[in-house]
Amino acid sequence: MGHDSHEHADDGQVHAHVMPKSVLVGVWLLLVVMTGLTVFSAQFHLGFLDMWVAMGIATLKAVAVLLFFMHLLYDKPFHTFMVAATMVFVFLFFGLSLLDTNAQQGQIENYKILNPKN
Amino acid sequence: MTATHDAPASHAAHGHDHHDPNLAHHFDTPAQQFESGKFGIWTFLLTEILFFSGLFCAYVVYRYLHPEIFTYGAQFLDVKWGAINTIVLICSSLTAAWAVRNAQLNQQGWLKINLALTILCAFAFMGIKAVEYNHKIHEGLLPGKLYVHEAEREARHAQEHGGAAKHETAATAVTSEAAADAHATEARLPEPENAATFFGIYFCMTGLHAFHVLVGIAVFFWVLLRAMKGHFGPSNFAAVDYSALYWHLVDLIWIYLFPLLYLIH
Repeated sequence: MGHDSHEHADDGQVHAHVMPKSVLVGVWLLLVVMTGLTVFSAQFHLGFLDMWVAMGIATLKAVAVLLFFMHLLYDKPFHTFMVAATMVFVFLFFGLSLLDTNAQQGQIENYKILNPKN
Repeated sequence: MTATHDAPASHAAHGHDHHDPNLAHHFDTPAQQFESGKFGIWTFLLTEILFFSGLFCAYVVYRYLHPEIFTYGAQFLDVKWGAINTIVLICSSLTAAWAVRNAQLNQQGWLKINLALTILCAFAFMGIKAVEYNHKIHEGLLPGKLYVHEAEREARHAQEHGGAAKHETAATAVTSEAAADAHATEARLPEPENAATFFGIYFCMTGLHAFHVLVGIAVFFWVLLRAMKGHFGPSNFAAVDYSALYWHLVDLIWIYLFPLLYLIH
């Protein structure tokens, strides 16, 4: 009990960070410009890079929202740790699912041969 | 265990006013209450990410196995509407973040304006989504058995535009420029097998997201109502803060949905 109540501020009042107007507008502008950029870049056929450019821009936008709009930069580091841990599990989920997909293809091909359409 | 129920005694010992209407009796201090709530909302938001990741996983696996279904399906999504909705959500995120600042600085007027603007943007988003969904339902670009195949869709078009259809059949060899244009914007790629799967994924992902927008509208109405009663201020802005965090997550998910669904070729 004692440790927790003295960790933050001793007076027990809420001391939250107030986001400056310039940061709010700056982040908003960045997000709008990045949206324009992702639409613009989608006009070019960059092959396998398409996906990486689009996801790179989306992730940059997501990080800006998390750090500034969602106050993570000024928040307890534990919340950032929680977000990072969640993303680790999301990628584990995607990765392990992708590893498994090829394992099923043989069965699907067999099914198609045994059950031809019309 | 029973010690925690001795709240008045411990409060008195710490010299706190336990009559603070904003402080629930089971918390020692406003700071402890705020941090607990913050931890709670972040936990909820992260379970939301994990929950959405099921759909993103379906997308990743299906696109990896059948990219042609995605390049075909994405042709029927209007990048213009998708981009406008992205901007609408970004603007609403700004107003939501600004509302938190207003509450923290006791700017009651601006707090109400920014909350109202956030709700307005949410309605604009849903309106645009309705236009898009309506178009897809009308065309038969739907999941599973509801999907109308390309041949039938074109036959329907021909029926709807009787004159144009006659023109097309009369001059199949010398296709008019207008018809060629219509085809160029409609569908350049051949229809792949199981094209309906794209619309299954599209409707599940955007539908679940739209449901979150609807919940956001309800939440922000409640926050606006409380703001109008003057409930919020520098020492009590938790509800505004947590609602804004939820709204930013809804924005975050759309930030990924937009390029993944609309910007494929």
